[in-house]
Amino acid sequence: MGLRNACATNVLKRVMIQQEVTIKNRAGLHTRPAATLVKTAARFQAEFFIEKDGMEINGKSIIGVMTLAAEQGSTMNLRFDGIDEEAACAAVADLFERGFDEQ
Amino acid sequence: MGTAYLYSKHVPHIEMKTIAESDVEAEQQRVRTANARSEKELQKILAFAEQKLGSQSAKIFEAQIMILNDTILMGSIEKRIAKELKNAEYIVGDEINKYKRMMLASPDEYMHERARDVEDVMHRIVRNIQDQKLFSRLEGASIIVSESLLATDTVIFSRNQILGYAADLGGVTSHAAILSRSLRIPAVLGLRNVTKNVRTGDSVAIDGYAGTIAINPNAQTIEQLEKKAERLKAFEEQLTAFAPLVADTPDHKHIELSANIEVPEEVDYARAQGAAGIGLYRTEGTLLARQGDPSEEEQYEEYKKVAEATFPHPVIFRTFDIGGDKLAPGEYHEENPFLGWRGIRVSLDRPEMFLTQLRALLRASTKKNVRIMFPMIAKVSEVRRAKEFLKLAKNELKARGLHFDARIKIGVMIEVPSAAIMAEEIAAEVDFLSIGSNDLIQYLLAVDRDNAAVAPLYQQFNPAVLRTIKAVIDAGHRKNIWVGMCGEMGGDPIATILLVGMGIDELSVVPTVLPEIKKIIRTIKYKDAVRIADKVLTLHTEDEIREYLASVIKKQLPDIPLED
Repeated sequence: MGLRNACATNVLKRVMIQQEVTIKNRAGLHTRPAATLVKTAARFQAEFFIEKDGMEINGKSIIGVMTLAAEQGSTMNLRFDGIDEEAACAAVADLFERGFDEQ
Repeated sequence: MGTAYLYSKHVPHIEMKTIAESDVEAEQQRVRTANARSEKELQKILAFAEQKLGSQSAKIFEAQIMILNDTILMGSIEKRIAKELKNAEYIVGDEINKYKRMMLASPDEYMHERARDVEDVMHRIVRNIQDQKLFSRLEGASIIVSESLLATDTVIFSRNQILGYAADLGGVTSHAAILSRSLRIPAVLGLRNVTKNVRTGDSVAIDGYAGTIAINPNAQTIEQLEKKAERLKAFEEQLTAFAPLVADTPDHKHIELSANIEVPEEVDYARAQGAAGIGLYRTEGTLLARQGDPSEEEQYEEYKKVAEATFPHPVIFRTFDIGGDKLAPGEYHEENPFLGWRGIRVSLDRPEMFLTQLRALLRASTKKNVRIMFPMIAKVSEVRRAKEFLKLAKNELKARGLHFDARIKIGVMIEVPSAAIMAEEIAAEVDFLSIGSNDLIQYLLAVDRDNAAVAPLYQQFNPAVLRTIKAVIDAGHRKNIWVGMCGEMGGDPIATILLVGMGIDELSVVPTVLPEIKKIIRTIKYKDAVRIADKVLTLHTEDEIREYLASVIKKQLPDIPLED
């Protein structure tokens, strides 16, 4: 629950919001969750980037998301930037929270 | 002996080229078109995979389709083309490879598999950008090592100073092997795992006669192989002396001895080997080497070149024979291609393609030395339909005011058992018959000659085969037309004697064996051949036939060189 509340504009950097998430589903960020993630992000205008282990990729690009070797338990930082960034952040963070509805 | 190049069909060659600013839009468009095509291909593969392999395996292709639809990726590719002024395939390769490298950097094996998928989709896009013209240059390599070798590959490689081929799949009678022999490029096929044992850059020696290869051979092996090559060369030169002579038996029975070829470049070689004409020109090469059907103009140019080079001798063009062991168009897949959509069946189902080819052939016939032959005919009605198409093509040319041989001779390949049984009725419809022994034997004996497990069951001296051939020859003669053979059997010395004895009028063989076959025809008296053939037709098994032939030939015809 705390996650969703955290999707608020960063006070220091007004132009965007950030959110840390953890992979909960056992299989990690494999093809199906990656596709769900990209599709969800595409519904919003805000730019969406994912940073993991010092590497940042565009979260609206499936090939980019596929490069993230994100196994269960790993964390990543999401960054949204755009007029609907809060809604985008909430929707995406919710996916992670629900473990992409997988086990 | 040369440097190996490991060739995989799915790995296109990407060159970096600088483009003009005015070409940017066209270059970007090429990416979009290639993407659309790739997606179509993948959708088909996906449907197939879901049906045959289960949804788990199909996921790979789903992911690949998603990559094609990745607007961020495609957007940055288009942006980079405009900014860096580089060709589409280079940018596509470079951009996608960035992700591949990131995946390979992970210690996770799963990510490595993903990297291969990503590479696969990149190759697909690039291949579609390049319009399937994969490889124009092979940079210093001279021995091609691949999983399988298609006839078209052989043709394309032949233009690149290739010294030899080695492949995992295929046998001595496979189409690629026949062609490579004709182009005088040694090939060793059916090695099963050569692609695993050879790496690009290895030095490889090919012994096409023994059917073996040596990987990184030592000095002694090289010396032995070179000596062997010299001996064989001397033997071949000796045979070339027969080239200018006619193919008549000592008792003056004339056999029309001609050549089977596939590309216009082979005509000169066939004539140098002493061919009286071209008994089989395979036309499907152009169809396979490019995407989409070749235009009438393009085909006309090719056929005219062949007809002029062969003049005054005749050339028999066989209409497209795709399917079977050749490439099926697009992603079309058949469980049983040899019993599937091939030869005349494809042509009759694709009127535009067929008419275009017939018009091109007719236009090339003005010197009156062009003949047309239809492959895979199984019944009389197919011959009649093909003739109707020919009539239609003639009328179209007349309407355009173009010239052609109005009485162009047509023939049929007899390679399906049903056509052999109906040979007399088919003969009544055409000007000649040509027995396609390779397929006829396969269909008669139910043996796939490319399947190593049953290959020994492929017997050209099986009595059922010989009786069928005899029946076809007789049927043609009853209708006063000539009967030839354009299969490999015609190029076997012992078979030559039998075929002459059974009354064959024409033999069309690969150019390499022409002098040898001519020597045999000139050695054996027709009346002896008839006697031998008559006796053979009374025997019941292939073993008996071989035994009888060996004894008779050894005793009565010691001049004929036979293998043990």
